[in-house]
Amino acid sequence: MLKIHREICGYCGACVSVCPEGALELIDAYLTVDLKCKDCSICTRACPLGALEVVDEGQV
Amino acid sequence: MKDRYDLLIIGGGPGGAIAAKTAACKGLSVCLVEKRPAIGVPVRCAEGIGKDILQQFIEPDERWISAEIDRAILVSPDGTSMVLEPQHAGNEVGYVLDRKIFDRELVWQAAAAGADIAVKTRAVAPIMENGKVSGATIESCGEVKNVRAEAVIAADGVESKFARWCGIDTTVPLREIMSCAQYLMTNLTIDPHATVFYFGNSIAPEGYLWVFPKGERSANVGIGITGRKSAPGKRAKDYLDAFVRSHFPDGRTIECIVGGVSVCRPLPCTVADGLLIVGDAARVVDPLTGGGIFNAMYTGQLAADVAAGAIAEGNTLKERLMPYDTTWRCAKLGKNLERNYKIKEFFIGLSDKKLNALAQSVSKINLKEFSTLVLVKELIKRNPGLILDLKALKDAIS
Repeated sequence: MLKIHREICGYCGACVSVCPEGALELIDAYLTVDLKCKDCSICTRACPLGALEVVDEGQV
Repeated sequence: MKDRYDLLIIGGGPGGAIAAKTAACKGLSVCLVEKRPAIGVPVRCAEGIGKDILQQFIEPDERWISAEIDRAILVSPDGTSMVLEPQHAGNEVGYVLDRKIFDRELVWQAAAAGADIAVKTRAVAPIMENGKVSGATIESCGEVKNVRAEAVIAADGVESKFARWCGIDTTVPLREIMSCAQYLMTNLTIDPHATVFYFGNSIAPEGYLWVFPKGERSANVGIGITGRKSAPGKRAKDYLDAFVRSHFPDGRTIECIVGGVSVCRPLPCTVADGLLIVGDAARVVDPLTGGGIFNAMYTGQLAADVAAGAIAEGNTLKERLMPYDTTWRCAKLGKNLERNYKIKEFFIGLSDKKLNALAQSVSKINLKEFSTLVLVKELIKRNPGLILDLKALKDAIS
């Protein structure tokens, strides 16, 4: 599943624009991911800071 | 905020602000909602804009101009510089803005024209009636209400969620999102009137790094790389940090800015029943430069014009809003977007060796017109040896 490293996130929305599922949403400075996420990891590439990571369920 | 407006605008950047002002001046009841608690911040922009195009919308004001630019310097991977100067010295060609103040000014003007403004207020869903966008569900500080409108303008920037909720796919392909990082730095030794662009696969793969002056010793130092070149340890911030260490070791960073810029083609259609999409949300950023301020203002104004006419006639269905889409596409803006998309696709495939050869072919160009097209034509003229590679380019600009 997608893990959002909030201490790294710059809440810029680059990830939101590339998500094919529309699963990401930026609420001011707070990035959210919903159940539509398919762990495709495209957003983790677009992030300029490296705040997103697809991890195994157990690692969350 | 009322329950009903003629026009509801989602997003308080330059596109939304100009749309709100335009519609309000035409006597429409307008509400602009901005999800952030303040207009203009956080900045998501390198803040550069051409002087001539800006003046089409607003009289330049020193309160929101950080620097006046009179030349551009392009630096190839081996350090060869190409200087672009206007033909007549003393003609500044562009500005570096202070978007925090600039965006506020635009929204203030919209408010002065009569538009309602709501900050810390976001659209959470469109109101759909028989497939037509008829307003939006709005959340403001935890309070949710339905706001109806004859038409909605989606000006929600690179995220472009509102149009997506209305059933329009706004996804940017990974290879066409520029993953960007920028520091506002001070204590720099720079030319305060020159914008500098650095190219090369080890500096900014498939993108460029910029130094845009913000004063005598301050600048936006930023970088954009494509999403497909971005990886752990090789992200925009990593490249930027490496550049800053080697070029500005004594610089001080007073602001850290990140963002995404689309360099894809525009959305196939920027209207739907009751909906018009403008600016970054419509993917009308210049794919070659990444510049989007003017295109957002242009499409924002045009969308409001068309919406006002449609609302007056009592018909805001897609067919009636279509002139917005066809007008910008047929205008210089639309043609430039297509041309610059092709030029971008060409340059993105160039090796460092070829970039060096191009830069070495010309050290200084006096431009009658300060445009990427004139530069590309000049490069073709001076590089007959590269004509095979440049053929694709030649086709794009012919």
